[in-house]
Amino acid sequence: MVKVIIDDIEVEVEPGTTILNAARKIGGDVVPPAMCYYSKLQGSGGKCRTCLVEVAAGSTADPRPMPKLVASCSTPVMDGMIVKNKTSERVYDNRAAVTEFLLINHPLDCPICDQAGECHLQDLGFEHGKEGTRYEEKRRTFDPIDIGDKIKLHMNRCILCYRCVYVANQLTDKRVHGIMHRGDHAEISTYIEQAIDNDFSGNVIDVCPVGALTDKTFRFKSRVWFLKPMEASCECTKCAGKAVVWMFGDEIYRVTGRKDKYGEIEDIDGKTAWICNECRFDKKDKSQWNIEGPRVINRHSVIAQNQYLVDERLESKKLTGK
Amino acid sequence: MGRKLLLEHIDVPGIESFEVYRKNGGYRSVEKALKTMSPQNVVEEVQASGLRGRGGAGFPTGMKWSFLAKPEGVPRYLLCNADESEPGTFKDRYLMEKIPHLLVEGMIVSSYALGCNQSYIYIRGEYMWVLEIVEKAIAEAYANGFLGKNILGSGYDLDLAIAPGGGAYICGEETALIESLEGKRGNPRIKPPFPAVKGLWGCPTVVNNVESIAAVVPIVNDGGAEYAKIGIGKSTGTKLISACGNLVKPGVYEIELGMTVEEFIYSDEWCGGIANGKKIKACVPGGSSVPILPANLITKTAEGVDRLMSYEGLAEGGFATGSMLGSGGFIVFDEDQCIVRNTWNFARFYAHESCGQCSPCREGTGWMEKVLRRLENGQGHMHDIDLLAEINKKIEGNTICPLGDAAAWPVAAAIRHFREEFEWHVTHPDEAVKRNFGIASNHMPLV
Ligand SMILES: Cc1cc2nc3c(=O)[nH]c(=O)nc-3n(C[C@H](O)[C@H](O)[C@H](O)COP(=O)(O)O)c2cc1C
Ligand code: SF4
Ligand code: SF4
Ligand code: FES
Repeated sequence: MVKVIIDDIEVEVEPGTTILNAARKIGGDVVPPAMCYYSKLQGSGGKCRTCLVEVAAGSTADPRPMPKLVASCSTPVMDGMIVKNKTSERVYDNRAAVTEFLLINHPLDCPICDQAGECHLQDLGFEHGKEGTRYEEKRRTFDPIDIGDKIKLHMNRCILCYRCVYVANQLTDKRVHGIMHRGDHAEISTYIEQAIDNDFSGNVIDVCPVGALTDKTFRFKSRVWFLKPMEASCECTKCAGKAVVWMFGDEIYRVTGRKDKYGEIEDIDGKTAWICNECRFDKKDKSQWNIEGPRVINRHSVIAQNQYLVDERLESKKLTGK
Repeated sequence: MGRKLLLEHIDVPGIESFEVYRKNGGYRSVEKALKTMSPQNVVEEVQASGLRGRGGAGFPTGMKWSFLAKPEGVPRYLLCNADESEPGTFKDRYLMEKIPHLLVEGMIVSSYALGCNQSYIYIRGEYMWVLEIVEKAIAEAYANGFLGKNILGSGYDLDLAIAPGGGAYICGEETALIESLEGKRGNPRIKPPFPAVKGLWGCPTVVNNVESIAAVVPIVNDGGAEYAKIGIGKSTGTKLISACGNLVKPGVYEIELGMTVEEFIYSDEWCGGIANGKKIKACVPGGSSVPILPANLITKTAEGVDRLMSYEGLAEGGFATGSMLGSGGFIVFDEDQCIVRNTWNFARFYAHESCGQCSPCREGTGWMEKVLRRLENGQGHMHDIDLLAEINKKIEGNTICPLGDAAAWPVAAAIRHFREEFEWHVTHPDEAVKRNFGIASNHMPLV
C-alpha cells in the first residue's frame, strides 16, 4: 500500500492507483471532476483535462513538485505524494479555463437539453463559469442526426470526451462509430450516418457526460427532476436486467443503467451492469419490471427536487400549531 | 568551408544509387559495427558523440537509447520519424531524396545497436516521391546483403520496411506515430508509459529523427569522440538547417554547430543575406513552433554577445529574449512582412493539425486562429491582443502532447516582441486589409 495526501487528507491505496481514484476513496469535494475518464471503460481518461491537479511533492523518494499540472485520472500515485485539488488556486484557474474552452462550442441550451440535471458540464459551469463569454466567433453547428432508430446525436453539444467511442469499441461488435476529422472540426459520427446496431449500443447514451447522445424514446418527454427513479429488475437473457426506471405516476418514461455518484454504471455481482437495448428502449411497461423501490439520490442533486423528505419536527409543529 | 558529415557526397552524380554510394565509402559503418563492435559498443560511441536528437527537442540520442527496456523474448523496434511536417522544416526530405542510402545505412547500424530485427521508416504521406527513392535504396540494400537474414555473415538479421503516413502533422509526435503505424487514428498516447518501455504493439521502441539516424553513420565510422570535437558545448556535431523566407539563397545547409547566426545569414557561403537588399525584421530559427526573434535579438543576444547556431546559443535569454534551435527550420522575414499575418498563418496550421483529443488544444488553437484571422482582416479589437496572450497561457502545459505548447509559443512571442504591430491592425483596419506583399492573397473568407 502507498500513502498519499490529497488536500491535507491522507489515504492509503494500492500501488498503481490513480490520483483520481485515491481521491474517490476519500470522497467528498477533494474528488476532482472527470468528464472523460470512466472507470468502466478501458483506456478512457486523460483528454478533457478537467481533472488536472497540482502535485506539490512527487513522492517520499523524490519530493520535488511537478512543474505542470497533471491529469489525476491518468497519473498513478507514488508513496508520499502530496496532491492539491481544491486547495490549489492554480488548479481552480486552469479548471475554469478548461470550462471556458469546453463551453466555446457547447450551447447553453440546458432548458431544452435532455441532460439537464444530470450534466457534469452544467456543474462545472456553475462552479467555474462566468456569466459572460469572451468568445465572439461563430460557433460550430451541426444538424442533429439519427444514429439508428433509438439514438439521436446532437453533435453541437458533444465535448469529444471519447467515452461513447470506447463503448462502441469495447461493448459492441462491427463498430461503425468513432471520431472523424481533427481539431475543433473533429466530430463524433457513424460511418456515413450508419446505424449503430448492436444489443448494447444504447450504453453510449449513459456514458455521454453531456446531452450529445440522447434516447429517442425519452427525449423531450419530461425533465428528470419530475420523474421518480426506481430500482427495477427483470428476467433478461442479454444483460443482468438491473436498471433504473424513471417513472411519472405509473408510467415508465425512460430506463437507464444504475449509475453511481460519479455518473458511472455500477458494478453488480462483480460485473459492470451495462443494460441491453431491449431493457432500455422496449420495456416501458410497468408489468415488465419488478420494481424494487426508490433509488437513493443525493439530496443536493436537482433530481431530488420535489421528492420531499418529511421533517418530523415540522410535521409535529404543524399538528400542534406551536 | 564548414565540415560536412552528412552531405559530404551530396553532389556526386548518382549518389542515390547503391553502387556509387558504396564506392564513396557507403556502408562502411555497417561492416565496422557488425564485424568489430558489439551493440553496446555502438551505443557507447553514440553516447560519447554527444549527439542530440535532431527532431526538435534535442534530447541526447545515446541516453534515449540507454533507456530502452530489454525484457527477454520481446521484440524491440526502431522507428525512423520521417514525418517532417513542421512548417519551415524540409531538411529530412532533402537528405532522403538526395542520399537515401545514408538513412538506410544509419537504420542498419542503429537497429543493430538497439537489438531490433524489424525497423520501420515512417514517411509523411506527402513525400510519395521520396518514399519511392528510399524504397529503391532499401531494395538495393537487400539485394546486396545489407538487409535481411545474416547480414554480412554476422548472424544479425534485420528487416526494414516503410510505413507511409496519412499526411497529418500530429503523426510526427512519437506516440501518435506509433498509433498510426499500428493502423489506428494518429492520436498521441498519454505518457507514461514511454515508448522505451511500451511502444509499438506494446514492445520497447525507440523513435528517432531521420537526421539523428543518419548522424550515427559518421559517429560509428570516425568514433564518437571525433564527432564530439565538432560543435560547441553540449551542441556537438553538424546540423542540417533548412533556410527559407526572404533570403538570397534559401536551401538546406549542413553547418557545424556553434557558427554565428550572423555568418549563417549574411555570408555568401550560406544564405547570402536578405533578398532584394531589404533589412531583416524577424527570424523563426527552429521551425514554426519556436518563438520568433525580432531583428535586434537575431544575431546578438540581449547581452550583446554574438548569437550562435547551437541549442544553447539560440535559447540564450530563455523565452523572454531567446528562441530554440528546434528542428532547424530557419525562417527569415524582411522588413515588408507582416508579423500578424504570419502569426495567423502558423495558428491556422496548428488549429488544423491539432488532433482534437484534449480540450485546451482543440478549442484553444481554434479560438486563437479565429481571433488572429479577425485581427489580420482588420476586424480586431484592442482587447483581442490580451485575450490571445491569455488563451495561450491556458493551453501551455495543460495538454497531452507538446502540440499545444507548439501552438501557443509562437503567438506569445509575436505579441511579446511585436505588440505594436497587432495594435496597428486594430487602429488601421482598412490599411491592414489592403496591403500587398507581392504574393497572391490567400485571405480566408470571414465566416
Ligand atoms: C506535434 C509534433 C510533431 C512532431 N513532428 C516530428 C517530425 O515530423 N519529425 C521528427 O523527427 N520529430 C517530430 N516530433 C518530435 C518527436 O515526437 C520525437 O521527439 C522525435 O522524433 C525524436 O527523435 P530525435 O530524438 O531523434 O529527435 C514532433 C513532435 C510533436 C509534438
Ligand atoms: S457524444 Fe457524448 S460521449 Fe460521445 S464524445 Fe461526445 S460528449 Fe463524449
Ligand atoms: S495537445 Fe493537441 S495534438 Fe496533442 S494530444 Fe492534445 S489535442 Fe492532440
Ligand atoms: S477526466 Fe482526466 S482528463 Fe478527462
